[in-house]
Amino acid sequence: MTAVYGLYDDPHVAQQAVDNLRAAGVADADITVISSEPFDHFEFGHRDAKTAMPWIAVGAAAVGLVLSYYLLGASQRSWPLVTSGMPIVPNWTNLIIVFEMTMLSAILATVVTLLVTAGLPSRGGKIYDPEVSDGYILVGVENPADADRLEPALAIAGGRVKRT
Amino acid sequence: MNRTLTKPIADDLIRPLFQTSIWFYAIVFAAATVVACGAAAWGYQIWFGIGVAGIRWPVFWGFYLVNFVFWIGISHAGTLISAILRLVNAGWRRPVTRCAEAITVFALMIGAMFPIIHLGRPWLAFWLFPYPNAREIWPNFRSPLAWDFFAINTYLTGSVLFLFLPMIPDFALVRDRSTGWRRTVYGFLAFGWRGTTKQWNRLESAMQIMAVAILPVAVSVHTIVAFDFSMAAVPMWHSTIFGPYFVAGAIFSGIAALIIAMAVLRKTLGLEKYLLPLHFDNLGKLMLLMCILWAYFVFAERLTVWYGNEPSEMAVFWATQRGAYAPFYWTMVVCNFVIPFIILANPRTRTILGCVIASFGVLIGMWLERFLIIVPSLAHKQLPYSWGSYEPRPTEIVIMAATFAGMVLLYALFSKFVPIIAIWELKAGLPSRLDPASQTEASLLATRLDTESFPPESGMPKGAHR
Repeated sequence: MTAVYGLYDDPHVAQQAVDNLRAAGVADADITVISSEPFDHFEFGHRDAKTAMPWIAVGAAAVGLVLSYYLLGASQRSWPLVTSGMPIVPNWTNLIIVFEMTMLSAILATVVTLLVTAGLPSRGGKIYDPEVSDGYILVGVENPADADRLEPALAIAGGRVKRT
Repeated sequence: MNRTLTKPIADDLIRPLFQTSIWFYAIVFAAATVVACGAAAWGYQIWFGIGVAGIRWPVFWGFYLVNFVFWIGISHAGTLISAILRLVNAGWRRPVTRCAEAITVFALMIGAMFPIIHLGRPWLAFWLFPYPNAREIWPNFRSPLAWDFFAINTYLTGSVLFLFLPMIPDFALVRDRSTGWRRTVYGFLAFGWRGTTKQWNRLESAMQIMAVAILPVAVSVHTIVAFDFSMAAVPMWHSTIFGPYFVAGAIFSGIAALIIAMAVLRKTLGLEKYLLPLHFDNLGKLMLLMCILWAYFVFAERLTVWYGNEPSEMAVFWATQRGAYAPFYWTMVVCNFVIPFIILANPRTRTILGCVIASFGVLIGMWLERFLIIVPSLAHKQLPYSWGSYEPRPTEIVIMAATFAGMVLLYALFSKFVPIIAIWELKAGLPSRLDPASQTEASLLATRLDTESFPPESGMPKGAHR
């Protein structure tokens, strides 16, 4: 993997670097921005913000609800023991377990979606610089077609350009 | 702006992971010793049978179940409070959430042990689990104990994930700053986190969804623990108020535990710059609210029983008001209402020390409340011939002490290996990181964090963002 990137200690400068890369003709999807904290109030912080995660969680909750409802009912009918004069399938008490399983399904689906869409766990091999952990913001391009042409776009005051 | 402001924050909060004081070893050794004694006491009980405990007819639920309810209540400190503060975007939550969420996980683990200890034959605990077996025994899903199994495990799973997910970026930060075995371990825990905008957006979305999902689960857990009692036709248990009463009490004791943990961490890890008096003041106000709510529930419950004048309930009522259990009852009232109300209602006494004193009172009071719910009712059932008493035996007392030591041990180890304050969340809450158009409470708190923690004389370019 080859990469050209800049390290910036100011999010405003990082935003400028992103804008410069776009002006240089780099597609948005090819620009990588890495930081040690989220930058919600900068435009670059909103890239890739769209996600279906809430809908996946709701869908998983619905599946959990239906499955647990039927699993409970089926198991109670399989061994039909009358307890305290309650029906064999007592919906009032089953509702408690159905609720827990519904929420658990939503929680687990959320975590799985997070891991899959965020590419975790990752074995590396992608653009990264440990200086990000010192607070620098990395703006760069992986496997650039013409790294020489992109360097000037990244070489702005307050930043350092690196190539790998 | 300004890596120069955020880098010292990361340095400060990671330092305890790399520097160990003699006090850490002393605390770990002392706590581990008590935990070992508790393990030995449990082994003794397993070997000689549950008869070595004080539980016997008619009081079959003693210290073990008292502690079960108490610890499950303490677990409401974290995930519930953290989720509420996250959803309302309270800026002051940022240094508090991880301290709180860790309490939840450890308290749940400890609390969930007690029913197993109480079984006497813990190797049969799997009978509670929903598994199809050859003997055609299927768990009774109508039993509150089976509901406990589902609720506690759902809450534990959710809480562990709720705690772990925001730790991933901090593990990556530690990974990049460490060498040797630490780099390997933290690298593994960081899951290859890089901090791309996509990863940040997904993490924040996931935390929002989990906060929404975990809130009703937290409420359900203690409601279901209350159902363990209110589903039984035992005097002063069979009450519709028990669900919300238990939840209010759980949040009350949870906040108390959180305040004590924060005060200890603040001193021992030198976090004075991050855990500000403002955090204790806000938590103190929250605890004051819960104190009043708790008093309201107790009054409503007691008044209804007294007005009903049902003989079997009145036997329990008078046993706690002016009988053998009265000293515990009035100590509970003083600890849960009088002391916290006097201290926390006055802004001048709602200091860090004041909040800690009130919190100790609340923890003692809430433990007594659990005891007073369980033991007097079982000791005074409907028929007087079945009345009895309960006296805890050394085995139960040692096991109980071991769980408190276990909490200290787990918390000490956690704060040694994990940044106890979420570094990325703290940095993201600084005013320089916030939208000037939405300068709300969050940014006001963060401004205080900037100015109080890093004053101009500290050399920090605190004005850089203004």
